Amino acid sequence: MTDIFALAAQNLLSPIVLSFVLGLAAALARSDLSIPEAAAKALSIYLLFAIGFKGGVSVADHGVDLSLGLSLLAGIGLSAILPLVAFQLLMVLSKMDRLNAAAVAGHYGSISIVTFVAATSVLEGQGLPSEGYMVAVAAAMEAPAILSALWLVSRGDSGGGRMDAKLWREVMLNGSIVLLVGAFMIGWITGPKGLAEIESFIVSPFKGVLCLFLLDMGLLAGRGMQSGRKALGLGSVAFGILMPLVGSLFGLGAGMLLGLSTGGTMLMMVLSASASYIAVPAAMRVALPEANPSVYLTLSLGVTFPFNLVLGIPLYLAMAQAATG
Amino acid sequence: METHKAKRVEITIELVMQSRLTEALQAADVTGYTIVPVLGGSGRSGDWSRSGQVSRGQGMVQVICIIRPERLDKLLEAAFSVVERHIGVVSVTDCDVLRAERF
Repeated sequence: MTDIFALAAQNLLSPIVLSFVLGLAAALARSDLSIPEAAAKALSIYLLFAIGFKGGVSVADHGVDLSLGLSLLAGIGLSAILPLVAFQLLMVLSKMDRLNAAAVAGHYGSISIVTFVAATSVLEGQGLPSEGYMVAVAAAMEAPAILSALWLVSRGDSGGGRMDAKLWREVMLNGSIVLLVGAFMIGWITGPKGLAEIESFIVSPFKGVLCLFLLDMGLLAGRGMQSGRKALGLGSVAFGILMPLVGSLFGLGAGMLLGLSTGGTMLMMVLSASASYIAVPAAMRVALPEANPSVYLTLSLGVTFPFNLVLGIPLYLAMAQAATG
Repeated sequence: METHKAKRVEITIELVMQSRLTEALQAADVTGYTIVPVLGGSGRSGDWSRSGQVSRGQGMVQVICIIRPERLDKLLEAAFSVVERHIGVVSVTDCDVLRAERF
């Protein structure tokens, strides 16, 4: 237990979390601080490229085995199942209607790539290795949750959502997935030699760029809390904190069944615990336009993301360490 | 200078629906339109601003079409098939154009 508190304190006082807190505090204090839209986009492109590339290099370095395929399947399965769990938990904890509950549930089956990036940064700080292919697992977990959410809606009276071929293409080929998987492939093909060529660009500045990006995320989360707080009840907020813990247990089980390393298990927990605020909201606006975006965005970005970043990540790491020895 | 009567249709819609709307407009033979970004606003779904967007699903754009009055109904039917369930505003105003053959 002492280790968990020490790790949590260390995480809380890291530049990454403090940058996020600065953004959050600035937004809540109604400061006009903002990161220009194009700069924020450039920062996210850098982070996705770096994390994908490093994951590919790690796979090239350690080789491919059956666990890669099994981890991908586990990720897809978790992404499909977690919305069903989230939906039931929402029904118990809140008075949310079926349509909004299904839309929220879809977000909790999918993943937050920024939480994943922050978790890999914590692992690096702890000197813990992880399976490089977890980047590919992250990409595979983006979409199945959307189908589960639409299935949940189709079982109610309000009818089903619309998931046409165009939306499929937009989800599967959204910029984040293409960049993440593409950089992963480049890293896999070029291996450690390729990494050595661009190391000064994608390794050393990584944490600094992540700090700036999380400053922006803090601003967004704070402004989301201000504008969306009226849309959430106490039960919904409780869900936003409980669901990541429940999801992380599913991730822990999957990681242990797959025989992943401590770092890999922790990343699987983070993926299962995090909620999407980029790919799924866009899909929901097309497929379920009647669902209230203030509800699902405030929950995933304003409640679950800060919880995971500040408390969840050290907790998941401690749990993974305890479980994998 | 001689001017000609035309209709100006402004459709403010979510960014994720932009390509669906323009495809529907082109299918209805409306090939001329202008798309402009919307900086922010307020409506039934609350306040929002472009600078505070993390998700592609949250932004808005405005699609502006200027057409001959007799083509208005076909355009509106095409637009409505896309915007019916979504956040947005469709407005029609009278305007004058210099070169009628272009619309």
